[in-house]
Amino acid sequence: MRKKILLFIVLGWVLLIVGDRVDELRVYQGAQIAMYTIALASIVLLTGYSGQVSLGNGAMMAVGGYAAALTLTNLQTPIWFAFLMAVIAASLFGALLGAAAARLSGPYLAGTTLALAVGLPAIANQFTFLGGEPGILFDVGFPPERLGEDFTQYKWFFWIASSIALVALFITSNILSSRFGRTWQAVRGNALAAELAGVNSSRWKILAFTISSALAGLAGAVFAMNISLVAPGAYSLALSFALVTGAVLAGISSLPGVAFGALILVAIPEVADALAGRLGDADKLNNYLPGLIVSVLLILSVIYTPNGPGENLRKLRHKRKAH
Amino acid sequence: MSGLLVNNLSVSHGAISALRNVTFSVEPGQLAAVIGSNGAGKTTLLRTLSGLKDASSGNAEWEGRAMLGKKPDELVRRGISHVSEGKSVIPELTVKENLVLGGIWRANRSDTNAAIAEVVELFPRLGERMGQSADTLSGGERQMLAIGRALVSRPKLLLLDEPSLGLAPLVIEQIFETIDKLRHKLGLTVVLVEQNAMSALEIADTGVIINLGEVVASGKASDLINDPALRAAYLGY
Amino acid sequence: MQKVFETILIGLSTGSIYALMSLALVLVWRSTRVVNFAQAGQAMFSTYIGFEISSRSEVFWLGLLFAIVAGALLGAGVDYFFMRVLFKHANSGPAAVVAPVIATLGLLGLIRSFVGLTWGGEFKSIETPASTNGFTIGDSTIPFSPLNVLIIVTTALILIALAILFQRTNLGLALRASAYAPEIAQLAGIRTARTRTIGWAIAGGVGGVAGMLVTANNFLSPYSLDLLLVFGFIAAVIGGLESMVGAVIGAFVLGIGLTFILNYVGTSLVFIGGFTVLILVLIIKPDGIMSRGKARRA
Repeated sequence: MRKKILLFIVLGWVLLIVGDRVDELRVYQGAQIAMYTIALASIVLLTGYSGQVSLGNGAMMAVGGYAAALTLTNLQTPIWFAFLMAVIAASLFGALLGAAAARLSGPYLAGTTLALAVGLPAIANQFTFLGGEPGILFDVGFPPERLGEDFTQYKWFFWIASSIALVALFITSNILSSRFGRTWQAVRGNALAAELAGVNSSRWKILAFTISSALAGLAGAVFAMNISLVAPGAYSLALSFALVTGAVLAGISSLPGVAFGALILVAIPEVADALAGRLGDADKLNNYLPGLIVSVLLILSVIYTPNGPGENLRKLRHKRKAH
Repeated sequence: MSGLLVNNLSVSHGAISALRNVTFSVEPGQLAAVIGSNGAGKTTLLRTLSGLKDASSGNAEWEGRAMLGKKPDELVRRGISHVSEGKSVIPELTVKENLVLGGIWRANRSDTNAAIAEVVELFPRLGERMGQSADTLSGGERQMLAIGRALVSRPKLLLLDEPSLGLAPLVIEQIFETIDKLRHKLGLTVVLVEQNAMSALEIADTGVIINLGEVVASGKASDLINDPALRAAYLGY
Repeated sequence: MQKVFETILIGLSTGSIYALMSLALVLVWRSTRVVNFAQAGQAMFSTYIGFEISSRSEVFWLGLLFAIVAGALLGAGVDYFFMRVLFKHANSGPAAVVAPVIATLGLLGLIRSFVGLTWGGEFKSIETPASTNGFTIGDSTIPFSPLNVLIIVTTALILIALAILFQRTNLGLALRASAYAPEIAQLAGIRTARTRTIGWAIAGGVGGVAGMLVTANNFLSPYSLDLLLVFGFIAAVIGGLESMVGAVIGAFVLGIGLTFILNYVGTSLVFIGGFTVLILVLIIKPDGIMSRGKARRA
């Protein structure tokens, strides 16, 4: 435990230094990576540990984003309180969805959450207090003055995002290595056996859904901060899609992998841009190349490294040893 | 003049070995009873012979041609029919459809219809229930249907997996009588896997006793029945 | 009273299209145990092919024919080149349970980006095979049009053809047997892998028809069939996901129900209505309307 704390402190310190050395765009991307890290952790917990495929995490991010924005604009609370509200609101919704989901086996859950993801913009547009299509602004304000004149807005986002991500990951990693994580794995592996051992599998599934949603909500609020806005369009099906891809790339049940997954998710548009620039820059390329890369990566990794690159490495080493 | 030859057959489920160096043969037109307790590897043996499961080593041949490594559909076309464990009928289909299924691999449907007519002659009770869903049959009738379906493919080698499983004693007796009758009538070679050792050996020509994946005894059925040591150790009475 | 009547008619037309999509999903689910989310993508690709043919030939039906063929080929290809490889590789570890669903999502994304890169994101409209102007009864015009009639008739013909195929032919028996009991089917000499691929082809063709018919009344874009996928899924769930008859009934119930919401409440609540139905069915009757009280486990 003490080692882990130390590790996270060192990580934070490294991030702090890196944040000072790179330019504005990279700092923004850093904040996005931090956001995706939290979001991917929510998928790892839900899919990798408790074995439920949900496309609803994008929707939970939306819940978190809206909750944070509404808190901040209507109540003028401190920033941390807005993030807290994001977590609380998303866990409530997550518990609700989870209660429905726990009764469902794989295909029903995936389909239901897909429906939710497809319909989310339409649903969000129903409620005028959510600001309709254009959404609502989310402004965490300028960085505190004592940080100095040249402390930029994005660096402030980056600081907030990274600290939240570090704390969230620390907590998640403790949850996953505790009895909770092991029970989820047991329920995923064999729900019947777990039931016979006295584990109420649906209660555990709901719990996984709730915690996962809390993480997603937190990520949603960080996302809203990074782009200074919450709008239905930002939490699209494509986002849920990207999250699943990132988690599969990370190794669906590997928490340390999420940083890698997040890095790739942020890098994809960049790579796509560069590629599109070379191939001649039609709108089509800009709009669909990132999606193409995401899908190809998702397909290849789900076929060839379904349990993450880590497992393949382990297998390879195993083979070498055997020879 | 060679029926079924199984030579040094080994099969494993992942790391666990299910059958080790199993060797036996069945002459054409004979019935071999494969006896053993639960988990001895009997079902695995049949599944391997019908192509559902891969062997790890050894070989098996039928009428002089290799069986291992072939898909079930190919083996069915070579006259090998496997009635799997537990009344293997499809309850969602009608009795007629279950029977048609037995001949579905044929291009010619009239052959199948003729075969079905023969099966109905053997099992008149199925004939009365052709349009009903197989769901509505009794346990014994289902087993008849399962065997009937296999017969529609006009097999030369019939692999039967525990036809007595889950049936009442009276019905079991009937089933064994039926098997005995029809194998003589149709000249079938039969491998009958059973826990019900006595009944199976009574209608068998030869017997193979398997324990924990290995053949512990084989020979003429009558000799096996009369061997006191085997009776005590494996036949359970 | 007239409005109720109109609503039911339009609902039948909408339900027809849902029926085709939900049949496509059920067909694949039964044989492969995967809800094929890529079905929306496959149908969309087929519809783009149909769009190309029908806009060049100016004959809708020729486009429909090509959409069916394209859908069937793509469906078979997806099973043969994709699902088989997937099942061979992703068969162990924590991802094994979730890999198929995730893979079909990836495929949906792949087809969508491919279509986007090829045809762009603009809305396309298809040559309509019949007038979209409503019939006039006496001196009032109702929204129910000759196109709606065509949609219903085409769907009815396809449903009849499928019923004959599944109930009366050896192929149909092989498809059903392989779905209900793959091992028994195999032992009966059915080449189950090939049969499954044929099932995917049929599903793909049916999905192609759904795409063409929904687009005849609407626009085509890389995203335009997502909602159809969702409603097709809801219809399939109403029917219990296993039963083809159930899927068709579920589709008509959903189509008519949503048209009532559309006509009496408003456009904006259609999706929420559909979603509510889904949740209610899952909570109250998770095995669908065709179930005989057997509970579905895991």
